[in-house]
Amino acid sequence: MRVRVEQTPLPGIGVRHDLVTSSGRTVGVVSHRNGRRDLVLYDVDDPDSCLASIPLTDDEAEALADVLGASLMLSQLAGLRQQAAGLLTEQIALPAGSPFVGRRLGDTRARTRTSASIVAVLRDREVIPSPGPTFQFEANDVVVAVGTRDGLDGVTAILAGDTDG
Amino acid sequence: MHASTVLLIEIGALLFGLGMLGRAGRRFGLSPIPLYLLAGLFFGRGGLVPLSASEDFIAIGAQIGVILLLVMLGLEYSADELVGNLRSAAPAGVLDMLLNALPGALFAVLLGWDLKAALVLAGITWVSSSGVIAKVLGDLGRLGNRETPVILSVLVIEDLAMAFYLPIATAVLAGVGLLGGLSTLAVAVVTVIAVLVVAIRYGGTISRFMSVKDPEALLLSVLGLTLFVAGVAAELKVSEAVGAFLVGIALSGPVAHHATEMLSPLRDLFAAVFFVFFGLSTDPADMPPVLLPALGLAVLTMLTKVATGYLAARRAGIALPGRLRAGLALTPRGEFSVVIAGLAVASGVEPKLAPLATAYVLITVVCGPMLARLADYAWFRNLIRRRMAARRPTTKPLPSAE
Repeated sequence: MRVRVEQTPLPGIGVRHDLVTSSGRTVGVVSHRNGRRDLVLYDVDDPDSCLASIPLTDDEAEALADVLGASLMLSQLAGLRQQAAGLLTEQIALPAGSPFVGRRLGDTRARTRTSASIVAVLRDREVIPSPGPTFQFEANDVVVAVGTRDGLDGVTAILAGDTDG
Repeated sequence: MHASTVLLIEIGALLFGLGMLGRAGRRFGLSPIPLYLLAGLFFGRGGLVPLSASEDFIAIGAQIGVILLLVMLGLEYSADELVGNLRSAAPAGVLDMLLNALPGALFAVLLGWDLKAALVLAGITWVSSSGVIAKVLGDLGRLGNRETPVILSVLVIEDLAMAFYLPIATAVLAGVGLLGGLSTLAVAVVTVIAVLVVAIRYGGTISRFMSVKDPEALLLSVLGLTLFVAGVAAELKVSEAVGAFLVGIALSGPVAHHATEMLSPLRDLFAAVFFVFFGLSTDPADMPPVLLPALGLAVLTMLTKVATGYLAARRAGIALPGRLRAGLALTPRGEFSVVIAGLAVASGVEPKLAPLATAYVLITVVCGPMLARLADYAWFRNLIRRRMAARRPTTKPLPSAE
């Protein structure tokens, strides 16, 4: 979603930019003529006043922008790499009514049927890497699978019992 | 002792004393302006330690101080800001003038003073101190507040209005009569508008004459141009202050930015001398009789300023706490009021005006920043919140976003 940033001139001082976050808070930056920036946070009760105004030097503002901007850039890069390889990783929760609760991984014949691999299982915040064909599923397991979009959708369907195994 | 050595000793001691005073004031969050005025009273005619040799120097320094105060004020604004702001802020500006200039004028009439003095006192009570208010807003971390643009636009209109008021006042005080006054006004209006138009269209070209790369040349050329234009303006009876203000507006971009940086220390020095000079020219013995009227006038016009800010902020759709913050922030009067009073003193109008203006500025410039702080105290906020709740009994508090 596009973010709406409002610009307000402050004659004699500089300019203010502010935006309302999706959580309903207003955050702004006052840019002074001499390069100083103030990071301002607005009061929830009294939206006309700022709760805190934090002066930042040029360098500090740049560093903060780097930190705030970098995570966005990294996730975009990761997205690009996934697309290039055509491979996706997905976490699929074993549905409560799955026919495979209490059965072995080999019974799903997931890799043969979808060419997607189950590379790990998450159970009680524990990671069980590379489960073998004899691995037994339990309720609330989360399966980590790697494959193409179609393959992963296939694994999801199998685990839900939507296809006849 | 040589006169010149006495001069050095006096000036040196005076500046050092001002420095110490300013430092002490800052510890209590006090603007240095009232302290400089008090220092002037202390050293002036009838003061405790009258200065002897340095009067001429201080008088010239004070003149340069006014010019530097105004050129810096002009540098802070771009011509676009001044004009672009005009349409949206004009109603607030007119309201500001009516609510604050009229009480001053009426007060002068009430004291039995003539119309010249009324015009001067109207100016003194009208104009808030841009310098003090901008500093207070910064100190209180309110630059991001939504009512701040309202406050700033009132200040911009006032400063622009001064470009027209000062020439009129200068002309009237010089006693040029109706016809002469009108012609001075016409010259002033044409000059101000011409400079604004030139600054908007060709501000870049003018600024290109001055190189940012050579700080020394820039300092000399900007200072020289300012003093020259101020002198020419004074010669045309347009007031040197307005000339300097217009030079500040005409400069733009990086030149304005660098000029601001370089002129700031000079402004600090000569503005201090100016405030001292104003105190010097007031005899402390004249103060006690005007103290009570000054206090009354200060209370009255601080209330009208609060009303001005309140109404201006309401027009901009600001809620009650913000309206009060805007009103309370506008109360201090400062450099401009002293500049106007200085004009009156120089022309020898109403002798009680200078002590009244000194006392008035002292009171507002000390109380103003304290009043501005009022809005941040918990008890004040709770009071407002209760008032707001009482006013709209039907509205329930909104569920919080979290």
